[in-house]
Amino acid sequence: MSDFWAGAVQLALLAGALAAVYRPFGDYLARVYTSDRHWRAERALYRLLRVDPDSQQRWPTYALSILAFSFVSIAALYLLQRLQPVLPLNFGRGAVEPAMAFNTAVSFVTNTNWQSYSPEQVLGHTVQLAGLTVQNFLSAAVGMAVAIVLVRGFTLRSAERLGNFWVDLTRGTLRVLLPLSFAAAVLLVALGVVQSLRSGVTVTGPDGTRSTLALAPAASQEAIKELGTNGGGIFNANSAHPFENPTVWTNLAENFLLLVIPVSLTRTFGTLVGDRRQGTVLLTVMGVLWSAMLAVAWWAETHPNGPAALLAGASLEGKEQRFGIGLSVLWATSTTGTSTGAVSAMHDSFSGLGGAVPLGNMLLGEVTPGGVGAGLYGVLVLAIIAMFLAGLMVGRTPEYLSKKLGRREVTCAAVALLTMPTVVLLGTGATMLMPGELAAALTNAGPHGLSEVLYAYASAGNNNGSAFAGLTATSDWFQASLAVAMLAGRFVPIVAVLCLAGSLATQRKVPETPGTLPTASPLFGSLLTGTIVLVAALTFVPALALGPLAEALA
Amino acid sequence: MTLATSPGGTAEESARLAAPRTGHPGGFRPRHLLRALPAALRKLGPRHQARNPVLFVVWAGSALATGFAVAQPSAFTILVTAWLWFTVLFAALAEAVAEDRGKAQAASLRRAATRVTARRLRPGGGEDRVPGVSLRVGDHVVVETGETIPGDGDVVEGIATVDESAITGESAPVIRESGGDRCAVTGGTTVLSDRIVVRITSRPGESFVDRMIALVEGASRQRTPNEVALTILLSTLTVIFLLAVVTLQPMARYSGGTQPVIALTALLVCLIPTTIAALLSAIGIAGMDRLVRRNVLAMSGRAVEAAGDVSTLLLDKTGTITYGNRSATELVPVGGTDPAVLAEAAWLASLGDGTPEGRSIVELVAREYPRLATAEPGGEVVAFSAQTRMSGLDTDGRWVRKGAADAVAAWVAGHGGTVPAETGRVADEIGRQGGTPLVVAELARGVAVVRGVVRLSDVVKPGMRERFARLRAMGIRTVMVTGDNPLTAAAIAGQAGVDDHLAEAKPEDKLALIRSEQEGGRLVAMTGDGTNDAPALAAADVGVAMNTGTSAAKEAGNMVDLDSDPTKLIEIVAIGKQLLITRGALTTFSIANDLAKYFAILPAMFAGIHPQLGALNIMGLATPQSAILSAVIFNALVIVALIPLALRGVRYRPSSARALLRRNLLVYGVGGLVTPFAGIWLIDLLVRLVPGIG
Repeated sequence: MSDFWAGAVQLALLAGALAAVYRPFGDYLARVYTSDRHWRAERALYRLLRVDPDSQQRWPTYALSILAFSFVSIAALYLLQRLQPVLPLNFGRGAVEPAMAFNTAVSFVTNTNWQSYSPEQVLGHTVQLAGLTVQNFLSAAVGMAVAIVLVRGFTLRSAERLGNFWVDLTRGTLRVLLPLSFAAAVLLVALGVVQSLRSGVTVTGPDGTRSTLALAPAASQEAIKELGTNGGGIFNANSAHPFENPTVWTNLAENFLLLVIPVSLTRTFGTLVGDRRQGTVLLTVMGVLWSAMLAVAWWAETHPNGPAALLAGASLEGKEQRFGIGLSVLWATSTTGTSTGAVSAMHDSFSGLGGAVPLGNMLLGEVTPGGVGAGLYGVLVLAIIAMFLAGLMVGRTPEYLSKKLGRREVTCAAVALLTMPTVVLLGTGATMLMPGELAAALTNAGPHGLSEVLYAYASAGNNNGSAFAGLTATSDWFQASLAVAMLAGRFVPIVAVLCLAGSLATQRKVPETPGTLPTASPLFGSLLTGTIVLVAALTFVPALALGPLAEALA
Repeated sequence: MTLATSPGGTAEESARLAAPRTGHPGGFRPRHLLRALPAALRKLGPRHQARNPVLFVVWAGSALATGFAVAQPSAFTILVTAWLWFTVLFAALAEAVAEDRGKAQAASLRRAATRVTARRLRPGGGEDRVPGVSLRVGDHVVVETGETIPGDGDVVEGIATVDESAITGESAPVIRESGGDRCAVTGGTTVLSDRIVVRITSRPGESFVDRMIALVEGASRQRTPNEVALTILLSTLTVIFLLAVVTLQPMARYSGGTQPVIALTALLVCLIPTTIAALLSAIGIAGMDRLVRRNVLAMSGRAVEAAGDVSTLLLDKTGTITYGNRSATELVPVGGTDPAVLAEAAWLASLGDGTPEGRSIVELVAREYPRLATAEPGGEVVAFSAQTRMSGLDTDGRWVRKGAADAVAAWVAGHGGTVPAETGRVADEIGRQGGTPLVVAELARGVAVVRGVVRLSDVVKPGMRERFARLRAMGIRTVMVTGDNPLTAAAIAGQAGVDDHLAEAKPEDKLALIRSEQEGGRLVAMTGDGTNDAPALAAADVGVAMNTGTSAAKEAGNMVDLDSDPTKLIEIVAIGKQLLITRGALTTFSIANDLAKYFAILPAMFAGIHPQLGALNIMGLATPQSAILSAVIFNALVIVALIPLALRGVRYRPSSARALLRRNLLVYGVGGLVTPFAGIWLIDLLVRLVPGIG
């Protein structure tokens, strides 16, 4: 099978699988967050946590719950890493140094999963299983909870209380992530992914040298790593490692897992707001942008301009050689379009234009289709901005889904929108002022070096976690500034979105009239797509001009 | 409007006052810019600029560029700095022009308001002559022929004709009398005859005229909710661009080409939404001005905005949908009567009847039987009374009567006649169709006979059906409110094409209807004039009081229509929508402009570092200097170019939201993307000729 067809077949299978589960799974998610019944296990948990599952929270309480929960999680994860020497299954790996431990703790709690460490050398199985994997579940459940609260903002009327964070968190974990991850892990093991508590296996190579291959409980982490759009690999090579991603079938399964929740949440949204077409239009916008990005990357990587690449017929450096160009760009588009960040091909080795795709996916604000929950609330924030302008242009106080967009709504949306560019631009700009840091961190000079730094902050600020490679981000500056970028990029928008939800929920519904601008329409879809692209372009074009654009035009 | 017939000494003044409102509907001439220049220059101080965050950034950038130009003078730095200041100036100019248009009106109004002397009545008797501005609420003043009413109030004694042309521009005098719904008088208007005592109802400085002055001058302007939200969005964009430009310098330095501060400042000013920020307050003032030009006075900008959101319109039937009075539209003979005989009988019966209904019968007969109407019959007029419920005429040997069906039937029976069964059928049918039947009978040669039935109809004003259809397209539901019985109401509602109607409505019903619509999240607009309308006017989101109405009604509403034309509500809604559309369209235009500016400025800045970025110079701009300067000049000039549009408002035709959005996105979105490419390219052709630039 030619490289193109391999990619095309996997793309078709992927789209088919997503289409098959879209409705049932999206509707299941809607039921999870609206059901009145508590599972027995959940009730036990609520009793343990002393939570009244039927009490509801106002948005500030909900936000405080998330913040408190997350900061406790960070502290716990930090301690776990620092205490590694006394933990079982540490294989003699010592305490993680403070800066790295802090960065890692923040990274996994914010659903970023940026890895400044090399897992096989730094972390034992206890930290992986009890720390990182747990946060993979919880951070994803937090993202979904925030998205659901925003949807409730649209569906509730004259309401102050938006739900109970502890209930939403528990249900997201117990009813969605745990069962699916379990099934996925079993499937992955069946397909050849490693699941082992041993530290490694010693093998003798063809030339007679003996070496140790690291082993890990990979399948269990791999499943939630993709499903929760986390992306932190249990091996340094991440999804390019044959123990994490051994075959085209695991590649397909993992690609499916990392898209399934963000994609299906648009259905959940449509179901909950009582108009499925509203979800379809969001999915279409996401799909169009995702497809466009994929097409650009695919074209760029198969139309190389270097002499070696021309000879090979494609740009093969850093590609996932087992799977070829098509599957490499497909993975790259999915992993950056969702905020997963698990890499298979090395984005750093992409051509100028091809490399701009993973970067561009993040700079669009992670909405193609974005992280678990974060993608949905991200695109809704952009929809609010788009509808604000569109509403004015039809001569009414702007509204979206029968809720008016007034001062408070626009302020919240603006704060949510403003955070990511602020973090990315300030981080990149500040780093560029530090020649010492740059000299130590960069392996490439010129525009590519700028791209690497921009990519790092875009990845952190968007909670993506993928690395461009080529950047050694282990200095205290990078550990600290990227951690701050991750924290701000995660929690400022979350608080703003919850405030937005609170404000929307207090409103009554504006009845629909012929004067209402219909949002389940191609016109709105185009408008939203245009807004997403324009906002990102206007913000980042100057920086992109000096980085990827200068490379691409060279 | 007829100005020439205005009696009294104020004719000239009222002509001058009224002229700018109606004779000059929103026209804009370049000389207006010149006239507003001094006012614009006064707005350049940092305190004034700080009120608008976007423009403050431009102001600060211009100050920074000035310092840079002083330190490193060159044709480029001086020109860029100059044009940055022009940007600030043009923004101030836009606001000043809008304010200036109200100034002329305000000045005349103020003259009328301030020089008045009031004759205040002492509680114990006698009067003091005091300046009009010293009056307090509750004071009683006496006003006689030729005197100006010193403040807003209600007539508590007497009746007078009043010239209100200073306020309304309408020169025909109106009658104001104590009690009832015609008791309100406005300060600054003139009594033409008789003597009235007025109880003052407004505090000094808060009278109608004062509010009007403040309004047309734009002084009392507060930002409306949508304007605040838009300002937040514009500020957000400004922060984003500020970040993008500030962090660009370290990136440029890393790339090996530190940028001059002036180039970065130019980039920043070009990117932030200066166009809409500069025009924002002008749009608001002009929107208010458009209302005033249509003789509508809004108490707040919020009300104007709410008008754009209205989804239910309550319209009084009488005077709004139909002409005020019922008029005769048809004569239906019964019992085989010759139509001409019926016409003559009806005509005779109505000759002495001064009511509008009676006159309309005379007119109908005169129109259809011109020969009949020339006769001059004598005789004794039988006037209508509540007991007889008939009127008519007694001549020699011939008595004619017209009136309510049962009353006339009784009269006919009493005079030995019989009433054909057909009469009742015809009368009922007319009633069912929304008309009022008047039965005509005659006593000739000793026997009374029924001649026929006159149909009195409410005549729906022409064009109403089309107007309501347009409103429906805009998403506005119209509800007709009437005191008529359900049958009549339904018939008129059907004729006029309203969406719904409320029959036998009492003022409480109106209020209840407004409340129930608002419960469903709809915004309601209504008009009213009577004191009993006041609660509903206050409850409505947009309450337009008629100027002829009572003070209570005017206080309760949030707009006053000086022409007292209830159909103006439709125009008010359109103006509210136009205001919002203009803001949205110019914001879109402003943001869309940025793309072309990137294509001009980025290659100019970075082609030195990365020559391949020169490929972005698709406009073929001559040099980096000319490119940056052209972008800055375009950015400044586009403000001036759009002032007329901001003042006039973008074109608005009632249509569906989808069609509106598609059109505006095309014109202002796509247009905003394309226009600056052409504009910057053209400006560059000129700028490149300047030594040191090209």
